[in-house]
Amino acid sequence: MAAGTQSEYKLPLPKMRGPAAEFYKFCQAHELCFQRCADCAAWRHIPRDMCAKCGSFNFEWARSSGRGTVFSWTVAAQPFVPQFAPLVPYAPAVIELEEGVRMVSWVTDIKPDELALGIPVEVAFDDVTPEVTLPKFRRRR
Amino acid sequence: MLVKKMDSLKDKACIAGVGESAFTRGSGKTELQLMLEASARALEDAGLKPHDIDGIVGPPLGASAEHFAANLGIEDLRYSAYVQMGGASPVVALQGAAMAVAFGVADCVLVPCGWNGYSVMRVSTGGQGGSGSAPPGPLAGTIGAYYLPYGAVAPVQWYAWLATRHMKLYGTPFETMGTIAVTSRKHAQLNPQAYMRGRPLTMEDYLKSRWVSYPFRLYDCCLETDAAGAVIVTSSERARDLRRPPVYISGVAEGHPYPADDIPARPDPFVIGLTFAAPKAFRMADVTPTDLDFAEMYDCFTYVVMLQMEALGLCKRGEIKDFVTPERIGLGGELPINTHGGLHSEAHVWGINHIVEATRQLRHECGERQVKDAEVGLVTGWGDFGDGGLAILRR
Repeated sequence: MAAGTQSEYKLPLPKMRGPAAEFYKFCQAHELCFQRCADCAAWRHIPRDMCAKCGSFNFEWARSSGRGTVFSWTVAAQPFVPQFAPLVPYAPAVIELEEGVRMVSWVTDIKPDELALGIPVEVAFDDVTPEVTLPKFRRRR
Repeated sequence: MLVKKMDSLKDKACIAGVGESAFTRGSGKTELQLMLEASARALEDAGLKPHDIDGIVGPPLGASAEHFAANLGIEDLRYSAYVQMGGASPVVALQGAAMAVAFGVADCVLVPCGWNGYSVMRVSTGGQGGSGSAPPGPLAGTIGAYYLPYGAVAPVQWYAWLATRHMKLYGTPFETMGTIAVTSRKHAQLNPQAYMRGRPLTMEDYLKSRWVSYPFRLYDCCLETDAAGAVIVTSSERARDLRRPPVYISGVAEGHPYPADDIPARPDPFVIGLTFAAPKAFRMADVTPTDLDFAEMYDCFTYVVMLQMEALGLCKRGEIKDFVTPERIGLGGELPINTHGGLHSEAHVWGINHIVEATRQLRHECGERQVKDAEVGLVTGWGDFGDGGLAILRR
């Protein structure tokens, strides 16, 4: 579902500051990683400075299995940012990973009107530019 | 002990005056001008002079408290604060204002809010300050880093994630959302200043309207208008000597979903700010939901009204489809909602228009749309990713 070849990718790229830069650096290596508390082992996303469960400042980037399910979705019938116009209708979805964290992404091989709660999916990386790779998902078989 | 301290705010402060600008699409004025016009009308309504104001809870955007002080001639601004909770800001501002007057920090607190939501900051088309640019506050980082690349940049999309899941888990039908939209529009026909007066809406119209972001259609969405409102809060002692009958702030509270800056991460997506706030405000006011004569519900989107109703405890989770009927939530019903038309059919004024309407209902000034013998009313606010606030008001 990449909206063009790498050199002409027109969609907004993630703003990669602080921990977001680290998250996407792992994506570039085709690893889906989330922060995990180094003391109590609680997974978390979005990234934080502290563990909300135990208060620890210590964390590691731990690799997710990349397997999850569809938690919810919406189907945009109009572009809320002009660059998305060619993709309408597109479906920003919430994916729940096996580790318990959830993230926003797309399921690239399921039509928006065929999405359903709980559909099993797995991560599929899309190298949209030489610098940026977006984690997307496809049906898990 | 905290609860006991909070209870001491009950009925300590009153809404003494309310006012609005005209509701238009194309104001030709700055947001500050609109809010000053609304403030002047609120002062007139209360029978106060501009220099009587000595506290301001400023709007979340558009102008600072100092701008208001400079224009109104307030030489000694004793209290200023801001609430950054999006559409929940005006209701939650009542909490700070009530605390300020109850403890003598200030005597009269102005709460203004407004925007050019059609001509300048039009969210649906990514206008300046709208979805095309990241909103201020804690959400910007989350959206820019994790939502934007997937085109999830507008409130209608974020709240749709909640609505989709609710519909699929509980079998909530589109008609429940439609009932909210149709009822708001019906009430607006009785409100001379409602933007949608003269344009009634049927369930058929609702179901035929175009998709914006599934499961939300056009008529699930609030209006985009240029509009402002203002409310003046003073102590109960002072309010009794002013021009209008005092409207008491009997219960007020704010709440935040957890975590507030990311919707997907929430352990339970239907636990919202109002879930935390509502029990506190009802306890403070010493009323239960069945005591309410009406409810002005923040209605950015139809489902958000339903989500809040479940969070308030009006019905159990998943049972909103049975609770929301035209008979119950319409004027003359058990719990009329959005008697002015709400953000859907009156104007989008960040919900400060809900406070204005509740105040007028409790003063029995609402003419054709008056809730008979209204004594106690509720106002809710919702903003950002589900921040919430509520005020329980009584005459």
